[in-house]
Amino acid sequence: MIWNDEFETLPREALESLQLGRLQAMVQRVYAMVPFYKENFDRHGVRPEDIRTLADLQRLPFTLKQDMRDNYPYGLFSVPLEQIVRIHASSGTTGKPTVVGYTRRDIDNWSEMMARSFVAAGAHRGDVIHNAYGYGLFTGGLGAHYGAEKLGASVIPMSGGNTRKQIMIMKDFGSTVLTCTPSYSLFLAEAAREEGIDIRDLNLRVGIFGAEPWSEEIRGQIEETLNIKAMDIYGLSEILGPGVAIECVEAQSGLHIWEDHFIPEIIDPKTGEVLPAGELGELVITTITKEGIPMIRYRTRDITRIIDEPCICGRTHRRLQRMSGRSDDMLIIRGVNVFPSQIESVLVGIEGVEPHYQLLVSREGTLDILEVQVEVNEATFSDEIKILQELSKRIQKEIKDMLGVTCKVRLVEPRSIARSEGKAQRVVDLRNQDSGGA
Amino acid sequence: MKVEQISIFIENKSGRLAEVSRVLGEAKVNIRALSLADTSDFGILRLIVDRTDEARKVLQAHNFTVNKTEVVAVEVPDRPAGLAEILQILDDVQINVEYMYAFVERCSGNAVIIFRFDNVDEAIAALLGRGVNVLKGEQVYEL
Repeated sequence: MIWNDEFETLPREALESLQLGRLQAMVQRVYAMVPFYKENFDRHGVRPEDIRTLADLQRLPFTLKQDMRDNYPYGLFSVPLEQIVRIHASSGTTGKPTVVGYTRRDIDNWSEMMARSFVAAGAHRGDVIHNAYGYGLFTGGLGAHYGAEKLGASVIPMSGGNTRKQIMIMKDFGSTVLTCTPSYSLFLAEAAREEGIDIRDLNLRVGIFGAEPWSEEIRGQIEETLNIKAMDIYGLSEILGPGVAIECVEAQSGLHIWEDHFIPEIIDPKTGEVLPAGELGELVITTITKEGIPMIRYRTRDITRIIDEPCICGRTHRRLQRMSGRSDDMLIIRGVNVFPSQIESVLVGIEGVEPHYQLLVSREGTLDILEVQVEVNEATFSDEIKILQELSKRIQKEIKDMLGVTCKVRLVEPRSIARSEGKAQRVVDLRNQDSGGA
Repeated sequence: MKVEQISIFIENKSGRLAEVSRVLGEAKVNIRALSLADTSDFGILRLIVDRTDEARKVLQAHNFTVNKTEVVAVEVPDRPAGLAEILQILDDVQINVEYMYAFVERCSGNAVIIFRFDNVDEAIAALLGRGVNVLKGEQVYEL
């Protein structure tokens, strides 16, 4: 099913000509309205009229998260505050939060893109959407909420936390669609089991999961544990919030990015060069319809590649491969680039091993030490020491084979790795504490 | 002829053993024999208790990882070379002892030792065949 047949299946040529027109208007607009962009363009010797083709986008300078902080709170808005109807902000764990503003049309477009996303993921009118994304400054809750209403589904504004109540409502209200982070869905299943409820027996049919990176292996586990179809959604507040890109239920492979609103590029995170089609690198997004806070070549720090091949679902909007980590989550262990998602895929590939893990990075002298903590469950536990030691060795070997890094494996008791109710904290890097760097 | 043993995964951090015994005590489960194997990171606590299933259930409810295994309780003459004779019998038929530990109580004046074998049935047959007394589960839980 497709929500907006006309725009979602627009022939590429028409789509690209629409993009160019919108991009040119957007560049004119930010140059005239936002001092930051005017100064930045001038400094790089590029003027709005230089953008004659889509390829000219590469001539424009990047926008960084730091630029948002430097212009805190409203400096990057391209309309007067009277036209802003909603303000969201990031958590701001490091320094000031990043602030985004939406005009009424922005909210309409966002709702439209979320409605498209729900439909692409297999939801429809008549569904009871259990929205466990946090409501508040975080874009997740309200973003999904408005899209669900636009779709005409019945939305339960649960927000995050209060897990026991979540389970009661899910059961009593007959929720059919769950929206939350992937790690929280597994947490819910575990909590339900403790209440004596098998979450597989509930009405849930589809889960739409985002806001943290997750692997294909975790998808398999979620689908098995919750007996649902688990769909990957992508978004970030700087660009929109949830609904920037979504998997379609037909292919369940790669996330369609709404190209009538965004232009994606893939760059080498080190050099900033645009990479050839199909290569893995950092995702850069330009918004071409956003009014409140337009973003020109925003560096998302998310690592992916663009899938150019047509999709069986009929949508013409290209797909992003499932995010394989963030360029700033990347750990450099003894000179080797390590993404937590790679270690996760090794663990889930070993029979019986739980995907509950934590990476502890420390430094002894000048040497980086990576400790992988893995929970022992009844499937992997044995009364014989040697069998557990073999398990440790096997995990260590498979990680070494995949990444070329020797790590220390530590087996820990179940649930001793903190389960956050929001994003899973996978990495504890103790190196920054003594160096003060990064 | 087999005895049920539960084993519990324990991280090397303070208070975990105390927690196991507290949980079992509150459930009125009596520990009959125990052994703790440990490495630098973790330990495995093996227990023979009077009510195995109850013990397993309450420990799982407290988020411990618990397994049940079958072990063999053997009466060993309480004199020099008593144990050596038993081990010789097993060696003769090439049965491996994974681990073993002694029971606190005695049985008819003899010591009782818990064995974990790689092949339980063959071990029992070999011991019985050479006149060694192997205790039944019910006898052990009530010793």
